[in-house]
Amino acid sequence: MTSHDATHRESAAAVSAENALGGEHYLNHGRGLWSWLTTLDHKRIGIMYLVSILAAFLLGGVFALLLRTELLTPQQTIMKADTYNQMFTLHGAVMIFLFIIPGIPAALGNFVLPLMLGAKDVAFPRLNLASYYLWVSGALFALISMITGAVDTGWTFYTPYSTTTSTSVIAMVFGAFVLGFSSIFTGLNFVVTIHKMRPPAMTWFKMPLFLWGLYGTAIIQILATPVLGITLLLIIAERALGVGIFDPALGGDPVLFQHFFWFYSHPAVYIMILPAMGVISELMATFSRKRIFGYAAIAGSSIAIAVISFLVWGHHMFVSGQSNLAGMIFSFLTFLVAIPSAIKVFNWIATMYKGSVWLATPMLYALSFLFLFGIGGLTGLFLGALATDVHLHDTYFVVAHFHYVMFGGTVMGFLGGLHYWWPKMFGRMYSERWGRIAALLIFVGFNVTFFAQFVMGSQGMPRRYYNYLPEFTTYHVISTLGSYLLAAGLLIVLIYLIHSLTKGQPAPANPWGAATAEWQTPSPPPHDNFLRDPVVDDPYDLERWRWDAELAGYRLEGAAARPAGAV
Amino acid sequence: MGPSWIQGGGGGGFWLPPAASTGAGPVDTLFYFILAISVIFFALIVGLMILFVVRYRRRAGRDPERSPAHNTPLEITWSVIPLAIVIGIFAWGFKVFMDLATPPANAYEVQVTAQKWSWLYTYPNGHVENVLHVPGDRPVKLVMTSEDVIHSFFVPAFRVKRDVVPGRYSTLWFAALEPGEYQVYCTEYCGTGHSDMLSKVVVHPPGGFEKWLEDASNILNTLPPAEAGERLYRTRGCVQCHSMDGAAGIGPTFRGLVGTRRAMRGGALVIADENYIRESILEPQAQVVAGFEPVMPTYKGRLKDEEITALIAFMKSLKGENKGGQ
Repeated sequence: MTSHDATHRESAAAVSAENALGGEHYLNHGRGLWSWLTTLDHKRIGIMYLVSILAAFLLGGVFALLLRTELLTPQQTIMKADTYNQMFTLHGAVMIFLFIIPGIPAALGNFVLPLMLGAKDVAFPRLNLASYYLWVSGALFALISMITGAVDTGWTFYTPYSTTTSTSVIAMVFGAFVLGFSSIFTGLNFVVTIHKMRPPAMTWFKMPLFLWGLYGTAIIQILATPVLGITLLLIIAERALGVGIFDPALGGDPVLFQHFFWFYSHPAVYIMILPAMGVISELMATFSRKRIFGYAAIAGSSIAIAVISFLVWGHHMFVSGQSNLAGMIFSFLTFLVAIPSAIKVFNWIATMYKGSVWLATPMLYALSFLFLFGIGGLTGLFLGALATDVHLHDTYFVVAHFHYVMFGGTVMGFLGGLHYWWPKMFGRMYSERWGRIAALLIFVGFNVTFFAQFVMGSQGMPRRYYNYLPEFTTYHVISTLGSYLLAAGLLIVLIYLIHSLTKGQPAPANPWGAATAEWQTPSPPPHDNFLRDPVVDDPYDLERWRWDAELAGYRLEGAAARPAGAV
Repeated sequence: MGPSWIQGGGGGGFWLPPAASTGAGPVDTLFYFILAISVIFFALIVGLMILFVVRYRRRAGRDPERSPAHNTPLEITWSVIPLAIVIGIFAWGFKVFMDLATPPANAYEVQVTAQKWSWLYTYPNGHVENVLHVPGDRPVKLVMTSEDVIHSFFVPAFRVKRDVVPGRYSTLWFAALEPGEYQVYCTEYCGTGHSDMLSKVVVHPPGGFEKWLEDASNILNTLPPAEAGERLYRTRGCVQCHSMDGAAGIGPTFRGLVGTRRAMRGGALVIADENYIRESILEPQAQVVAGFEPVMPTYKGRLKDEEITALIAFMKSLKGENKGGQ
């Protein structure tokens, strides 16, 4: 045997230890549908969530494309007014309750959280599975509502419209109620897991920042979601039993509903964005090959956001008739919550300073996030200021603003995280070239779609309009064409990711050179997560990880003879 | 306060429509200030991002350089400066908002009633219309309420907006800068006809408003009943749901309606005579025609007997084929 052959065989062995596809791993640990449906493995539950929320994203996206197509002309294009009203309601409800809220925590978070802790699972695996089935039940109620006279209230369910319309509000509201419990269960599980299952070396300030994001999110989920649950039950009580709570015809107060609703739904905005910010922190450090800048400030700002987010709900109600004093206080607090977000952005940019910036697909999404969330955040200043909000409230300016934050922020974070952890989840690399093309297409398509909406909004175009005045036609046509571009980009992602499942290059344990624990186990991980205890003392000490061309991945320095999978 | 005929309306631009009220100028100034701040910060963020991506991009043989992982003075600076700026924006926004929230004492008052899906304006002499006519030489205060669900009154050219809530009154005021017609939108989602719940503000030149009001209030005495009825049909919210041409809308068409036999929800057959029409106006839910939703608001107390008579005369004048519009 020549020495060349020996090297070759050794490297083959190393690769198989890095990549577990040839042996046993969590995906083939139990076989058959039943083993999936009854699994308590956080990784499998994460994957089931991922498939489910992506189905919801697809459904909500199809609604969005139909809506944008309807808006190509000022009058009827492809559907009637009532259909349009039902469709924008379903677009909002599906995207928010079924996709964005559970998106990062329940799908990516479930998969990654115990791995980052070097743990075997979350604290309550059964509760985790229960939360998934609650999600499925909530989704079924939403589907029932769609079939039995789709709800037409807008995802905000404002009273007294929602308590008097003839569409099936109860089914959708009950679905959202059940989804709320799914969210609470996940939050509870994550809080306990983070408190009780961190390894001794991982003190609070040595946690990866993604976990700070999940932790802040979980706190809000536990504290705010019950208020939504009660509010939704009150709507059901009013509709089904005629109890007068919100409808003035029954002696109720319709504005009270808005207070209850936004008491949850504004913090919910941070349920959506905080985990994405956590993802971005991981991506910026890994792909700059630098220790994250201002760790303590980023971690602290997650908690600051979680706290202040409870105190700003009234900024949705500046023109509702709430008192001027209330308007003043909510406006002030709204501006305060801008600061922790700004601090994070500055820290992420500073992280790249003197780094070695690798423009891999996940990093392209992180940079997109900075660009788009920057616009989303800054346009929030117009809406937080009382005088300008009066003009912009309930126009397309608001629609553009929250899509820049929710899609430009959360969905970019989600896509970045999905591309980042994909090799770990399935043990295969996707096409980097198609990944970059799609990321670029999504970025361009998104801006074309939603930037036009800022302009038409500040020009006075109200939101939730089926017909519109002809002077807005050009903006609407641009926006609709942009949405087709955006959809094409997302479709490409779907295709190459599915293609990679069978045809992708086998992934090494650590393709990106990250220092958090999930990269210290083979891809995909074994059922019990780790073959040996991972190093968890410093999540951002990237210098210890060195590129190894033979692995096509990174290797812990000094561990050459001991690849990640070896015992 | 008061209108300034000299300063004239702002011309409008890429971002904002023409400014046509005294309150619009200060709002626009703040808007452009925030825009400038946003552009500066955005340029800073994206500029540095691009600079770092290009300058420190990954290259063979180049390792990341060491640099501190945090810097307290820098971090305090980039926290405190934005904080000071946003507090400034907050204070400015609040100040302008309070000016807009406080109507001058000499304002001319008009009652506004919102209902699915029309706006009705009631003048001090009792005249009701679906277009808001106002004097151009004094401020105008609107006292608004809703008959059904929440609506919102929005005039982009005046930069004013206020929710109109059932069971309570909300107010809004403006002083127009120039005579003209300005668009009114409903901006709180209210169902099928939400995007058709449009109206206009007509700002009259000095003296023009009083003349208009006198003529408009007198139509029952000066016009034949069918013509007065048509005017009421157009100005009191019928036209949004009931067509003149035989096509079904949210409600049945008025063409060829009077005297026909009609199927109700529940199967009863009813002759649409004068008493049926009167009942349908005053108690719309009493009998609903099959194929339509019971969504019409009541006009009890809002249409006088003579006005109902004029409306019936108008409906009788709409003879002809009822093309499936019920």
